[in-house]
Amino acid sequence: MSFPWAKEYKPANDFTKWVDEKLPLPRLVYNAVGAGYPVPRNLNYMWNFGVLAGFCLVLQIITGVVLAMHYAANAEVAFATTEHIMRNVNWGWMMRYMHANGASFFFLALYIHIFRGFFYSSYKAPREMIWLLGVVIFLLTMATAFMGYVLPWGQMSFWGAKVITGLFGAIPLVGEPLQIWLVGGFAPDNAALNRFFSLHFLLPFVIAGVVILHIWALHIPGSSNPTGVEVKQESDTVPFHPYYTAKDGFGLGVFLILYAAFVFFLPNLLGHADNYIEANPLATPAHIVPEWYFYPFYAILRAFTFDFVLSAKLWGVLAMFSSILLWFLLPWLDRSPVRSGHYRPLFRKFFWFGLIPCMAVLFVCGGAPAEEPYVMLSQIATAYYFIHFLVIIPIVSSIEKPEPLPYSITEAVLGSDKDAVLGENTTPAT
Amino acid sequence: MMADTTVPADGVDRRDFINIAAVSAAGVGGLAVVFPLISQMAPSADVLAESTTELDVSAIEPGQSIKAVFRKQPLFVKRLAPQEIAAANAVDASSLRDPQTLAERTKEGHGDILVTMGVCTHLGCVPLGAVEGENKGEFDGYFCPCHGSHYDTAGRIRKGPAPTNLEVPDYEFTSDTTITVG
Ligand code: HEM
Ligand code: FES
Repeated sequence: MSFPWAKEYKPANDFTKWVDEKLPLPRLVYNAVGAGYPVPRNLNYMWNFGVLAGFCLVLQIITGVVLAMHYAANAEVAFATTEHIMRNVNWGWMMRYMHANGASFFFLALYIHIFRGFFYSSYKAPREMIWLLGVVIFLLTMATAFMGYVLPWGQMSFWGAKVITGLFGAIPLVGEPLQIWLVGGFAPDNAALNRFFSLHFLLPFVIAGVVILHIWALHIPGSSNPTGVEVKQESDTVPFHPYYTAKDGFGLGVFLILYAAFVFFLPNLLGHADNYIEANPLATPAHIVPEWYFYPFYAILRAFTFDFVLSAKLWGVLAMFSSILLWFLLPWLDRSPVRSGHYRPLFRKFFWFGLIPCMAVLFVCGGAPAEEPYVMLSQIATAYYFIHFLVIIPIVSSIEKPEPLPYSITEAVLGSDKDAVLGENTTPAT
Repeated sequence: MMADTTVPADGVDRRDFINIAAVSAAGVGGLAVVFPLISQMAPSADVLAESTTELDVSAIEPGQSIKAVFRKQPLFVKRLAPQEIAAANAVDASSLRDPQTLAERTKEGHGDILVTMGVCTHLGCVPLGAVEGENKGEFDGYFCPCHGSHYDTAGRIRKGPAPTNLEVPDYEFTSDTTITVG
């Protein structure tokens, strides 16, 4: 783990020496996020979002535990206790707005973090395991957020739960019994609300566990960087503390300003007014949509409107799940030896003019009513999405001629590297 | 002691037997615990006990519907007007996505009473059309606004993403004017 030039932890006094002998926890922290962890010197702000996502997880756990002290997961009173939090509990409104908007900011951070990975191919060897664990974290976070949104037991909560659990009904043969088993009844009710609360409380701690594995796996090869050229020497790195504690801290400040603006001035902008109406199993809101962070996947779900061997409904469900599951294959679909999009002319074009507009279209369509032109647009974008990952990425990675890479991170930053003079180093090294 | 360390000619010794027996016992024990853990999530006795509903259909006028509740889900009961029956019978059932005739979806002798779940077979929204003045869709039955499924006067899927007709629950006429659902 880590590079040979990493600074070693030296206990400052007898007490820390005593602790270090019995339980080297301070040493672990020092080597993980302290001066003992050398990090590439050229990271840009795209490398800030992992820390920001971790911060959001802590924020969700703290505000969530507080909300759980006042909330009751019973269909008779869940809506009322949420309103009780808003009106009666001291600072309850703030805790709830922090938690609800915290979920949105969590996803904002995760999306940027993931798309950073797409552009810089952070998923490539030797970082496949970090990527795989990241996809697991994303799936768990989606499940957690979905179940959390059900808890206030408003109209969107209820109908969201109904539509999403209804997806399982599309599975042939076992679908309907599975759906009834999942919700513990014929439609979401007390049983479903209770189990969702139980799991919503539990899963964030499971996520925290997987995050630890994610960071453990990261610390074996260390962070990648915008050039994608691996660290070669000490001059390529700086110690995490104070350099990146400061940089990440600044980024966190900016992130928090934006977050506070939402919590205090636009707390309901990202929510849906229908969720302030109590759940009514007999009336569907005119326009059911999930939270914004699920829009692209909801658009993929709804893009299938025709039967072809399998029913349209089953196609939609399969496509929605596989749109994320296929990220697991990415390390093996992209065979280019070069990581960073900065040195991959063709890959870069497909990223900016293919994948990004495709996601934007899916995002807009996922929030729009199921009418033309949105249906057709989501069909085109869904088709592109799968073609991008399954066809374009593998082909581009084998036909593309990458641009010359810098010899080292030091050369990329300083313009020259004394070691580079020794060899012919404009060939694409990795 | 000797018996433990010498392996008999067939290669199976006492320890192999103990290993297999112990692991099998632990496996069976594990499964015995997993079963209740899974089964506890299925509908509980009180949820299942809610599963029948009795309704009086005498007050429904031809062309009108009522919305009732069955297993905490909406139930549509409709008395079809003659022109609605005619419209349903005018289509060739075998040309439909989920081929069924009106007669197959109603009870003998009560061909004008259509009982269906008010649950869209796509993803479970409540279709419109059971209440006076609501949009009945292009086929004059029910219309699901969620993703645009159109059902005809017999509650059959005619257009949109829903895979099957509105479900006809198990029910029977307990008298000429009352039905018991479930
Ligand atoms: C991965 C982290 C988490 C995410 C993404 C998340 C997400 C959400 C969301 C989207 C809501 C609905 C907010 C609303 O519309 O009011 C919610 C509600 C809730 N969450 Fe979480 N949550 C997380 C962690 C936690 C934790 C750790 C707890 C408790 C230990 C918790 C307890 C609650 C409670 C009691 C509610 C219902 C009150 C309310 O609706 O505001 N959450 N959560
Ligand atoms: S739920 Fe009715 S059309 Fe989708």
